[in-house]
Parts: sequence; structure tokens; C-alpha cells
Amino acid sequence: MIRTIALREFKTLFLSPLAWTILAIIQFILAYLFLTQVETFIRVQPELATIDNAPGLTDIVVTPLYSNAAIILMLVTPLLTMRLICEERRNKTLPLLLSAPVSNTQIILGKYFGIMGLFLIMVLLISLMPLSLLTGGTLDYGKCLANALALFLLLSAFTSTGLYMSCIAGHPIIAALGAFGLLLLLWIMDLATGIKDQHSELFEYLSLLKHFQMIQTGLIRSVDLIYFAVFIMLFLALSIRNLDKERL
Amino acid sequence: MKLIEAENLYRYYGKHCAVHDLSFSLARGDVLGFLGPNGAGKTTTMQMLCGNLAPSAGRISINGHDLLDSPVAAKRNIGYLPDTPPLYRELTVAEFLSYCAQLHQVPRDQIKAATAQAIEKCGLISVSGRLIAHLSKGYQQRVGIAQAILHNPHIIILDEPTVGLDPIQIREIRCLIRELGKDHGVILSTHILSEVQESCTHVQIIQEGRLILHETIEGLEQHMKMATVELTTRIKVNTDLLKSLPGVLSIEILAPCKIRVHYDSSLDPSDQIASMTIAQGWGLQGISPIKRSMEDIFIALTQPDSDNRSNARDSVS
Repeated sequence: MIRTIALREFKTLFLSPLAWTILAIIQFILAYLFLTQVETFIRVQPELATIDNAPGLTDIVVTPLYSNAAIILMLVTPLLTMRLICEERRNKTLPLLLSAPVSNTQIILGKYFGIMGLFLIMVLLISLMPLSLLTGGTLDYGKCLANALALFLLLSAFTSTGLYMSCIAGHPIIAALGAFGLLLLLWIMDLATGIKDQHSELFEYLSLLKHFQMIQTGLIRSVDLIYFAVFIMLFLALSIRNLDKERL
Repeated sequence: MKLIEAENLYRYYGKHCAVHDLSFSLARGDVLGFLGPNGAGKTTTMQMLCGNLAPSAGRISINGHDLLDSPVAAKRNIGYLPDTPPLYRELTVAEFLSYCAQLHQVPRDQIKAATAQAIEKCGLISVSGRLIAHLSKGYQQRVGIAQAILHNPHIIILDEPTVGLDPIQIREIRCLIRELGKDHGVILSTHILSEVQESCTHVQIIQEGRLILHETIEGLEQHMKMATVELTTRIKVNTDLLKSLPGVLSIEILAPCKIRVHYDSSLDPSDQIASMTIAQGWGLQGISPIKRSMEDIFIALTQPDSDNRSNARDSVS
């Protein structure tokens, strides 16, 4: 059942120009940023050769690429998730799902995995860019994989937030704004901790960015994975609860 | 076993009570018509039956499954057309119906046959490849009906199924409903009284969330057979003489020279009334039939004046 709903959601994304446009624009912007990064590397390459333990191709080109992708996708995810439940409710198509023999958990997970399908494609497309470097150099595969994983986990977290906002908002635009606001807040939370000695362990722990960067370094700690898992499950559970409340 | 058993349903929206102590049941082969003025609680009741709304109190059992305890098993028996057909406008009719079939867990190898059958039954063959967004309202309504009967559910719940259809389509849909009623249980809500007369076996009138009439269509027709003539004369008539005529049930005096005679329509005594009036020299000025239509019953029952309503209820039951 989850698969049926997810597939429908995934196919619907590609029925409108939305998914195609977003994939194309993101690919274009990131390709441009990627090229400037490659150029920087070529420029600084002679100097790097003189330094001991210098950052390699992966550090200078690949990591910034995924960081850029994370920021751009933070802006894009709310646009993709805003219509998930909200539009069904507005178009009065929600009764179709609610009166079908599927549970609310299945509905929410189906919607969630539908969008994640698109993001999986997006991460794969983005990962093709660093792989193209193999034609003229070598890569730290472990680090590349860690970067792709970090981006995918981050997008999963973004999507769960967006899905929840789509459940509670009455209009898709409100859902998008709400999701964007919440994500930005979670993103910049560690800025506050950066000021001098006012070090807040809690804020630093809550910040999405910190955990994302940690995995990006290639150091996959269980604390980061658990953070993302808890984050995703929290918002999915809240979404399911919200859908349950619909009946009351 | 009853397909639907609803017991003492209540539904509150905040303080407003939309459904008040509603109990009824539906058996296989029944076509139950829900009638009521706007805001009477028809749609709310249907939403509760389909699990889209939780009742504030009461119990619903669908084909033996409690709707609260095992919602998925209960919902497997239901096909529901809400008041706005739930359609994905960006899909074609065939795509949409095959998605609905999957949602309702029609076995994979039967999906094609099930959609083809629903498309044929609802007269959608010519538009099956078109986008739902491009269909007229009538066709969209038919797609909604197709969606509800697609998985061959035991219970079909249709909220105003003939809205937006042209007269020919309405006739087709009524035929379809009657046919479905043979081996399913069907509930439909409507404003159109003739629709209830034509397609239903039972009728329920709801007013302000309360059930004010539950009657078989035969019972209702029996009630409607009680027809009336209005008789105007020059001088006062002898009502006892009129009452002795066969078929005359009662006489209502409106004015000294104007009376209403209620009679059993199977033994129409209008001729005798007229000839008696002339023979007795009462001076016949006018005699005109007043048939009690379903509208009359409906209006009598749902009039806001509570006195009228209780009178009407007495006269109906």
C-alpha cells in the first residue's frame, strides 16, 4: 500500500513540469558552482603540491558541491512538499485515501517515500558531477559516499518537516513558508552558539548543519545518524497524528 | 447479517450538534435514500459511515467489523462517493481508476478487468483516455461513481450521485443504482425526491441531525395514495352522507362551503362525490383533486414549526 501511494506521488511529480524544472535548474546551478570549484582547484594546485598533508581534490571540489546543494535544496524542498497533504485537502481528494482500506501511517509514509524517490534521483544526478572528475584524477570514494549520504539524510529530514507543515497548513504557500522558516531556524541555530564563549551544547546539538557537516568530513558517527533518524521519525509521527486528528 | 449497523450516532462540531442519536441498519439488497434539507446532517452521517469522520458517540459496524476497532477491514467493504468527487485532475480516467483499484487492494491480475467493467458500467468508454481535468462535470461525476463501485464493495455510499448530470445520464445512473442494489447495499443522499421514489427501497428523512422518518418506499407510497379532493359548493354539505361513500376516509372542513375529502386512491370516489353533490342539490361550484406528493410529505415533516412536524409525523406513521 505504501508502495502504491509512493509510486503515484512520484509519477504525479513528473506529470507536471515541476519536477523536471527543479531537476534541471538545480543541475544547472550546481554544475556552474562545480566548474568554478574545479577551476579554483586547478589554480591552487601548484601551491598545494608544496604543502604537507594538503587538502585533496575531494576536499576542495566535492565537499563544497554538496554543501552548496544542501543550501539550495533547503530552499527547494518546501516547494516540493507543500502540496503533499495540503492540496489533497483543498481539492477534496483526501476522502479517497481516508475511505480506502489504508491506515494513516501508510498514507503519510507513501507520500514521504514518493518525494524521497525524486530526491534519490537528485542525489544521484549531483553525484555524477564528482564522478566525472575520474577522467582526469582520483577521488576519495569514502568521502564522496559520505557526502552523498549526508545530503540524502539531510533531504530526508527536510522532507519530513515539509510534510508535517503540509499537514497542518491550510494553504500550500503557508505550508512552504512554514517549512522554510523552520528549516532555516534549525539550520542557523548554531550561529548563536558561535558567539564567543556563549557556547550552547543544546543549540549546537539541535542544529541540522552541524550534523550534516560532521558526516561530510567522512566521519560517520552514530550520534549523527541517530539525530537524523529521530528528527525524521518525529515529524512523520506528528504528521500521522495530525491526519488522525482530521477525523475528530 | 446486516451490512451496516449504526447505533446511537452523535456528532458534534464544537458545540453544534450535527447528528443527534441516529440509529439505522442496512441489509444486502437495500437501497436507502437519505433525504433532508441542507445542513440536516446527511453528509456528516455518510462521512462517519466511511470512516472519514469519527462519531462523537455511538458505534458503527460495517459487515461485522467495528469501524473504530478494525478500520482497515471495515473500509474494505465500502465504496464511497463524497459530495465533491475526489479526482486527481492530472490523471486520465483509466489511470485514475487503476490507482483506485490498487488502493482498494484489488488483486493485481484483476485490476484491468475491474477498471474496464467500471468504465463500461458508468458509460466512460469514450473518455477513458482523457485527462480528468478536461472532462465535463457530468463525466467527472461518473468517474466518481466508477471509483466507488470499482472494487465491487458490499456497501456503496453515494453522496448526491446525480448532481450535475443531464436527464439522460440521471436515468442511466438510476438504472445503475437499482442494478447495484440487487446484490449490494446502497446508501444515497439526495435533494431530489423523485430520485428516492425511483431508485430506493427505503427512505430516511433527517432533520437537524435527527431521524424523523424511516419507511420503506411501499409504506411511503401507501401514504401518498391517500389523495384529496377539494369541493366547493353554494350551500353547506352534509358531511355524514359524504362519509358513507366507499373509499372516503375523512373530511376536513376549510370554510362553511369548502371542504376537503381525503380518500383512498385505489377506490377513487370523486365521481360519486360529484354526483351526490348534484343529486343533493348542494350547488356544485368546483371540485379539484389535490394529490399529496412526496414533496408534501417532505415539507410537512421538515417544517421548522415543531407542532406541524409532530402532526405530520403522526399522520405518516
